[in-house]
Amino acid sequence: MMSQVLYSMGAFVVFPGFLFTAAVGLLVAWVDRKITARLQWRVGPPWYQNFVDFFKLLGKETIIPRGVSRISFLASPLIGLIGVTLVSLILWQTNLNPHQSFLGDLIVVLYLSILPSLAIVMGGSASGNPLGALGASREMKMILADELPFIVAIFTPVVSIGSIKLGSILIHQSINGMMFTHHISSIIALVVAFFCIQAKMTLVPFDAPEAEQEIMAGPYIEYSGPPLAIFKLTRAMALFTLPVFLITMFLGGFQFGGLGILWSVVKYVVILILIILVKNTNPRLRIDQALKFFWLRMFPLSIIGFILALVGL
Amino acid sequence: MGKFWALKKSIWVFHMCTGSCNNCDIEILDCLTPKFDLERFGILLVGSIRHADVILVTGAVTRKCLPRMKLTWEQMPQPKLVVGIGSCALSTGIFSPGYNIVGPVDKHIPVHAYVPGCPPKPEAIIDGVVKLVGSLG
Ligand code: SF4
Repeated sequence: MMSQVLYSMGAFVVFPGFLFTAAVGLLVAWVDRKITARLQWRVGPPWYQNFVDFFKLLGKETIIPRGVSRISFLASPLIGLIGVTLVSLILWQTNLNPHQSFLGDLIVVLYLSILPSLAIVMGGSASGNPLGALGASREMKMILADELPFIVAIFTPVVSIGSIKLGSILIHQSINGMMFTHHISSIIALVVAFFCIQAKMTLVPFDAPEAEQEIMAGPYIEYSGPPLAIFKLTRAMALFTLPVFLITMFLGGFQFGGLGILWSVVKYVVILILIILVKNTNPRLRIDQALKFFWLRMFPLSIIGFILALVGL
Repeated sequence: MGKFWALKKSIWVFHMCTGSCNNCDIEILDCLTPKFDLERFGILLVGSIRHADVILVTGAVTRKCLPRMKLTWEQMPQPKLVVGIGSCALSTGIFSPGYNIVGPVDKHIPVHAYVPGCPPKPEAIIDGVVKLVGSLG
């Protein structure tokens, strides 16, 4: 019993929970910055840049503005961090041992993956800054926009396979090949889900909630020091975790034997580079344009995918 | 490793204009272009003063700007550093006879590095930041 508890704690804090996700996430965020720099013909920062940024922010003063609710202001970064850590934990445990997953873990992952966005809304509204509130309201609209197509897209392979356990989805894919190459419905769903995670991470075409040049980082505007560091860390971890979610659902998950590792890394890197390329080649959409994009384009597309899955394609 | 080892490799700057002729500001932005690329050294331009480690002040402080400059400085989290850029910020420069000039900057807030020039070249600004980083210990 005791060793079970210790094992779970270890899994949450070290591998594959917090420390592992944080370290890989910060590294991946560097890849993002470096590729962005190379695309703009710059040299870009060294590989340890995000780690240094994180430790620097930990050493800075935490300012809590006057008239702000201290608890919600300081708790919201932690809520986001816990959400993304748990998502990563469940996904990696399932990938490491598909037979051990529990019923409905997919729904848990879906719910927990909204937490970082909700944390941003909470922090932005708590900060008592007009620009922060504006960013929070845009973030809220962004959640409304991307959540519906995202859920429909994620449930498309569930319908094809007929199981709502992440473990069985992985086992099915390891026997029958990836969803992506065997079902037309899953190809459509992957495209929709790809744009949705772009919006979930508020990366460029959908970064209206934290437009740096326009509303000065929006919800983060009043944050300084350690809470800001935690927000930045959460973003970096999401950049690692959400593509892993897509790979688990559509691209056959991660294999850990022999060449499988290399193949898994290739899948992740391809998705990451696609995300970075979309980020660097698009202008920022206004929030109403983003809403229209998701509701009038992505949602019907995801419904078409869903119907195709229902008829067995 | 000193107290500021992380700060030295990750300086986030906030750009504050207190009534310059806008030429210094353009030179600052020039530092971020592909030719000079300050992100190599971890230097980033941030939009909110709460995220900043260094304020780059340009311009001879005008009467209207003075309270805003002080407020901005007070809103910045510790440890905070100020770099004055251009002759105006250093000594009010060509604007010194002006009726509404209350500068220079270091009369009102502590300045940690001075970059002279009208306007200073990007190389000079980078040199100033490097010397500031070197002085941190
Ligand atoms: S120092 Fe020269 S270039 Fe810079 S703001 Fe003053 S007058 Fe303009």
